[in-house]
Amino acid sequence: MTDDIAALVAHHPLLAGLPGHTIDHVAGCARNVAIDTGQLLLAEGEAADTLYLVRRGRVAIEIHTPGHGPLCVETLGPGDALGWSWLFPPYRWRFDARALEPVGALSVDGTCLRDKADADPVFGYALMKRVAAVTIERLQATRLRLLDLYGQRDDD
Amino acid sequence: MGNVTTTEVALAARHPMAPAPYRVVTRRRQTDDVVTLGLEPIDGDAPGFEAGQFNMLTAFGVGEVAISMSSAPRPGATIEHTVRDVGAVTHALCTTPAEGIVGVRGPFGTGWGLYELDDADVVVVAGGIGLAPLRGAVDELAGRLGAEQTSGRVALVIGARTPDQIVFADDLARWRDLGVHVEATVDMAGPGWDDNVGVVTALLPGVPFDPARAVAMVCGPEVMMRFTIRALVDRGMPLERIRVSLERNMQCGLGWCGHCQLGPLLLCRDGPVRSCSPELSRLLTERER
Repeated sequence: MTDDIAALVAHHPLLAGLPGHTIDHVAGCARNVAIDTGQLLLAEGEAADTLYLVRRGRVAIEIHTPGHGPLCVETLGPGDALGWSWLFPPYRWRFDARALEPVGALSVDGTCLRDKADADPVFGYALMKRVAAVTIERLQATRLRLLDLYGQRDDD
Repeated sequence: MGNVTTTEVALAARHPMAPAPYRVVTRRRQTDDVVTLGLEPIDGDAPGFEAGQFNMLTAFGVGEVAISMSSAPRPGATIEHTVRDVGAVTHALCTTPAEGIVGVRGPFGTGWGLYELDDADVVVVAGGIGLAPLRGAVDELAGRLGAEQTSGRVALVIGARTPDQIVFADDLARWRDLGVHVEATVDMAGPGWDDNVGVVTALLPGVPFDPARAVAMVCGPEVMMRFTIRALVDRGMPLERIRVSLERNMQCGLGWCGHCQLGPLLLCRDGPVRSCSPELSRLLTERER
């Protein structure tokens, strides 16, 4: 079973190409989960304790606004990683995340990962480089959206 | 007679700066500020064109503006142009009623080169109204899929500001039925939208195509195109297999006036559709002086 999980971890884009012992560290904290449509993976304000490596299905990152209900700020799909708040105090989710369709994911225990990263800085550095790469990609995508590229221009 | 382009044939019988009168036969609102006009010539037949080329449209008494054809080139068919109401000329065109008369010069420039594609996978990436210059090409590619005339796959990835800013919404379902892999994403979702939210580049890793033998066709805001080119190259697509449609201030359409110059290119003549190259990528990141 652990071998199966390790194979799934090794194939996920967040961690693909990392050395075997790094994959084993993550696999030791991971389990395979299925989430039904509409179910929350993360809830704003709740304890943040999980990194999700999405394998199939789509997830909406949402924020609840009074009078408007949930607003979707981004969607993630197969190959994406979800949930970084387990890395930093106060370890609380800042957004909701809801399954838009049946989702298959690896659920990785954040506390377990943090403990292993603290104990093995080489593993911790490799993990942080991958996390930082995704975070930068998301930041750049957010900046692009802030440009309002498709907005009206005065052309003639 | 050597190699004669459709542009040269079309212009042979008329001074190239003189617009021909066309009648507006259909008028379809796409979004709150985008209208598709179906045009037919008052006299004779409309010249042939290639998807991706553009015409200069005249709103008489107001001015002239370059607008790509948004319909597939089919003999005798109404020629469609999709216009966004952003200034005096485009406002006059967008508000021209059915049976109204506009002027047309063209066709001008380069097209998407569909005749070169054979059985290659094709990835089409459109941002906002950038789908308009691609629509004729997608329509033709979807037709080939539906008629099983190609073994290549066709994918269309669309980005828009909001769900109600997605143009040609009716076509998307038809293209899906013909076998096109269609994905849409918006910057800002509203209630009822359960599709993707985010930038178009985020969808590319999940789009089915063989990067080594695929061709990409990209049209949208230039910043979006730059990021899309990078994402396609990251996916393994050779730079020269990526085609982009570039927009500058086209005025004469013939490479005479120089208003549309981009480095060594006069885009009304050498574009709007160009294959990417290191030189073109450099030009796209160069600041205007």
